[in-house]
Amino acid sequence: MLASDDDILSQAEAWKSAGKGVAIATVIETWGSAPRPVGSHLIIDEEGNFLGSVSGGCVEGAVVAEAADVIADGKPRTIEFGVADETAWRVGLSCGGRIRVFVERVD
Amino acid sequence: MRLELLQSLNEERAARRAAILVTDTQSGEQRLVKGADIAGDALANELGAALRMGKSRSIEVDGRSYFLTVQAPPARIICIGAVHISQALAPMAKLADFDLTIIDPRTAFATPERFPDVQLLAQWPQDVLPDLAIDRYMGVCLLTHDPKIDDPALIAALRADCFYIGALGSRKTHAKRVERMMAEGFSEADLARIHAPIGLDIGSVSPAEIAVSVLGEIIAALRKKPLRTEPKA
Repeated sequence: MLASDDDILSQAEAWKSAGKGVAIATVIETWGSAPRPVGSHLIIDEEGNFLGSVSGGCVEGAVVAEAADVIADGKPRTIEFGVADETAWRVGLSCGGRIRVFVERVD
Repeated sequence: MRLELLQSLNEERAARRAAILVTDTQSGEQRLVKGADIAGDALANELGAALRMGKSRSIEVDGRSYFLTVQAPPARIICIGAVHISQALAPMAKLADFDLTIIDPRTAFATPERFPDVQLLAQWPQDVLPDLAIDRYMGVCLLTHDPKIDDPALIAALRADCFYIGALGSRKTHAKRVERMMAEGFSEADLARIHAPIGLDIGSVSPAEIAVSVLGEIIAALRKKPLRTEPKA
């Protein structure tokens, strides 16, 4: 089953070994009802291809965009997503939970 | 993450060895702690606790935030005996995310018709267990009632320090089993690890009910207690 988080990390290694720029996003904290558990991974390559999931689809787009910056400058960062709220968040989780995602480049 | 760290992490997983990636979420600094090195690590208590739960988590130590990517080998259940209880246990174990393998040299029992979608080995335990690389992340259920099939698996399970060993049979049957294992050189402490009669005491009657009690006992052994050879938190 390709969807397991373990297979995803193997795929990240394969992408990097093939010479691509790769970022790994990991759910490091959740509050309330969050769609994916702590430890879930999303991997992103320099072309914006991605595999895995950190939120079951709600905020993947924003994480992929952030990953492009991380691949470019190499600085790891933590991003937080909460309930969809235009003043506080551009994107959010419709389920009402909050998640924190750590994004890092594979060097 | 440095590529060599990612490679080591993937290697440890492929070899069914526990490992934890420790990430300082402010600085991005990372290190990989292999299962065997956890006891001697500065964060031994935190890492040991996270590994026991088998779950990745964030921790704070001395004002620093770390994220622990916990990689515990997926627990596998080995059933010795392609019997009625195993037929019920196989789909239940799958639902609970356990890998499961059934071993029974009696080809009349070990048929794919009785066990669809299950890894089924119609061979003697002593012949196949070395290939399965039996380790402590495996739980072993002895279900044949036949010492010449069960005992070789029991010996292998005791030596491998499997996280769970359960044996079907009455108290009298078990007393005889204990005698045979003493003759093999195992201590009383070793043999006290065997759950016998197998399963939680929930008054199970049917094979499916017994399977529920066995699965409950396996989950309790996996989640409630520290693995014996790992540090206590």
